[in-house]
Amino acid sequence: MDMPKPNPTILARKSQLLDRLASFLPREALIHDPSETRAYECDGLTAYKCPPLAVVLPASTAEVSETLRICNDMGVPVVPRGAGTSLAGGALPTEDSVIIGVARMTEVLETDYDNRFIRVQTGRTNLSVTGAVEEDGFFYAPDPSSQLACAIAGNIAMNSGGAHCLKYGVTTNNLMGVTMVLMDGTVTEIGGAHLDAEGLDLLGLICGSEGQLGIVTEATLRILHKPEGARPVLIGYDSSEIAGQCVSDIIKAGVLPVAIEFMDRPCIRATEAFAGAGYPDCEALLIVEVEGSDAEIDEQLETIMDIARKHDPVELRQSSSEDESKRIWLGRKSAFGAMGKINDYMCLDGTIPVNELPYVLKRIGEMSKEYGLDVANVFHAGDGNMHPLILFDANKEGDLELCEELGAEILKLCVEVGGCLTGEHGVGIEKRDLMLHQYDPPDLEIQMAVKDVFDPKWLLNPAKVFPLASSDTRRIAAE
Amino acid sequence: MTLPGRCPGPRSIFGTMKALAPTSEAELAEMVASASEPLRIMGGGTRPIGVPVNGQPLTTSRLTGVTLYEPGALTLVVQAGTPVEEVRKTLAAEGQRLAFEPMDHRGLLGTTGEPTIGGVFAANVSGPRRIQAGAARDFLLGVRFVDGQGQVTRNGGRVMKNVTGYDLVKLMAGSYGTLGVLTELALKVLPASHHTATITLSGLDDTTAVAALSRALGSPFEITGAAHRQTADGPQTCLRIEGFEKSVAYRAGQIQTLLADLGAAKVETDPDTNTTLWQDIRDVACFHDGEGDIWRLSVKPSDAPGIKAQVDGAEALYDWGGGLVWLRVPQNTHADTIRAAVNAAGGHATLIRGNRAGGAFQPLSPPIAALQDGLRARFDPRGILNPGLMGRAA
Repeated sequence: MDMPKPNPTILARKSQLLDRLASFLPREALIHDPSETRAYECDGLTAYKCPPLAVVLPASTAEVSETLRICNDMGVPVVPRGAGTSLAGGALPTEDSVIIGVARMTEVLETDYDNRFIRVQTGRTNLSVTGAVEEDGFFYAPDPSSQLACAIAGNIAMNSGGAHCLKYGVTTNNLMGVTMVLMDGTVTEIGGAHLDAEGLDLLGLICGSEGQLGIVTEATLRILHKPEGARPVLIGYDSSEIAGQCVSDIIKAGVLPVAIEFMDRPCIRATEAFAGAGYPDCEALLIVEVEGSDAEIDEQLETIMDIARKHDPVELRQSSSEDESKRIWLGRKSAFGAMGKINDYMCLDGTIPVNELPYVLKRIGEMSKEYGLDVANVFHAGDGNMHPLILFDANKEGDLELCEELGAEILKLCVEVGGCLTGEHGVGIEKRDLMLHQYDPPDLEIQMAVKDVFDPKWLLNPAKVFPLASSDTRRIAAE
Repeated sequence: MTLPGRCPGPRSIFGTMKALAPTSEAELAEMVASASEPLRIMGGGTRPIGVPVNGQPLTTSRLTGVTLYEPGALTLVVQAGTPVEEVRKTLAAEGQRLAFEPMDHRGLLGTTGEPTIGGVFAANVSGPRRIQAGAARDFLLGVRFVDGQGQVTRNGGRVMKNVTGYDLVKLMAGSYGTLGVLTELALKVLPASHHTATITLSGLDDTTAVAALSRALGSPFEITGAAHRQTADGPQTCLRIEGFEKSVAYRAGQIQTLLADLGAAKVETDPDTNTTLWQDIRDVACFHDGEGDIWRLSVKPSDAPGIKAQVDGAEALYDWGGGLVWLRVPQNTHADTIRAAVNAAGGHATLIRGNRAGGAFQPLSPPIAALQDGLRARFDPRGILNPGLMGRAA
């Protein structure tokens, strides 16, 4: 993975930079000792590491603003960081960069049930946003599987999704307002407690911009009352094609489940050995969950099970208790952990049109054989967001490279059938160089023109999202 | 005789100037690239919102047709000039719909012509179901557009979840043709509901009504419409529930119990009556006839009654649980009166009908205005796409 060469002028001015930062930051908010900055050398994509020049952990929007103003003034690249759980290398530093981490900014600023929103500092974790309102019966809907650890700042940067977004949408559909600091230190307010912010939809633009347009320090998020109940049904098939057809029929029938999850045989076996959820040993497993009162759930599950039966399932099991529901989900939720127990793996995140599911699964199977690497599939079938897990051996020379090559081929396949490279993890550095498979140069040019407006010197989160060759001229011109 | 690529448009919108009406994206791109004067970008011209643009009209109304429809994947790809009505019929044939319930502006603005799907997204037009399903922009998956230099560009795709690169799809939604001319759109569609019930409370004052709507919206019973309106029979506070039959009946009962302290409620389950009721709210039918300027306010719901009370002679239709306020005020009511009330609370106000010479859109804070101007300068360096609309000087 190529990263831009560190700027020697910046490296040489390190002490001057630190002096300026130390002039207003409390001691604990500024980290520059190499033994301590090492903790920030990578995110969830651990294959790539690089310690930053320094790490700033501000406690307020004002401190973020002042830090950015100084970095902008001195031409120092800045890497924004939430909780560092990105699987795409979205928070990978460069040697000449300052990390601004929001980890100390975790306050709830306002909770308003009448108007159904919560305003938080963005270092707060996803799950603890729900934690702040659940006693009163409310929740924050987007639920990425890293929700225990991941921060709202990162959720906004990557426009994170989750298992339940089929019904509730992803981050962008639940974000009402932000306080965002631009690279030059300007503090902006966009949106708020009202719907549809004024002017151009900058909120929509910022969400998913991978920290390249500004640092979001506060967010107004939509909260909803929890449903009365939820219950999953487990459906097993002997072919993934039939499972795919079943998903399509459920959607067409007008039922809108909150989640439709899909696991294939390699994944079922690994999960079963790990979590013992009682999954059948079959080719394809669906977990379909619906919400409402008991009677409403019965009504919806009846429709779903009627559809499932028409496709001749090898297993059809409705959860009859809260305990059983938990066990059904336990298998799915521990899928990544289970795979990790038996192997090193790389998790992909392409999205495909739902109707292409059988073809894509068949092709992935063929490619897996070609490359000699096993692939397990577990994903959100309702919206076509695939998570193929490629198993490899990190200790075996050349295996990581082979795995990355297969990964790239699978993502290209997703694009070919009308899908995209990433559904919820983001581009980061991981898929940066594949962007030209998805977009033509003019399509990328206009995206880069957006960055020109927000960050004319191209200092924010360098070397992410765009192929290095495409953004080279801009970064060099800015130096 | 009609020249190729030109068509006589409705008089009230196009004025006397013949509109450019390309029949293909390539032709449109060529027209924009070779334009030597400002262009007034439009779909069917039924939503003349904002200060009228002084320029050569260019309409997408001849870019029509459904390119792809996958009911099982809930996706539709359609040309920008396709009539909304055609989209509605196509979806209805498969039991699906545009869940964000786009408003038809013709009644309120006295326009004629055919609303287009491109126009719906260019103005980010959403109806009552916005509170539950999301806005138009939440249903836009991908776009193709022609920027101010005539360059064809695409962003997004036709899948539900996509974070590949910057989300220009959202940026294009609600940009009123100021960043580019939409040519093709990929949409997420949803199943239509089998049953509908509307629970109506009568005689509530505005503050009590909005509080009642908030209580219902803060329940687990999935309200898909929450409005408060004045009728010949007095004020009505309406809550809509949709879904399968038993579920609708159950939730309607729960809502009645929840709001029992506010008097007896009436429950309407007749499909046609419900359709008419919510169409009237969606299209602001109560203000179609008669004089008066029309303002559209987006505010925090609980602030809405107080804001309305500050404007002399104002009548209000509250939608989105109070978050969307349609105000009818005496003609030429000074904009400052309304803006001051909205700004003090937070939110924004747009003058939809009335003398818009002083500006129609909410003035932006200086840093946001600078970003917006910067984006327009990048997407449209010559400043020829709807100059003057959305605040940027012509």
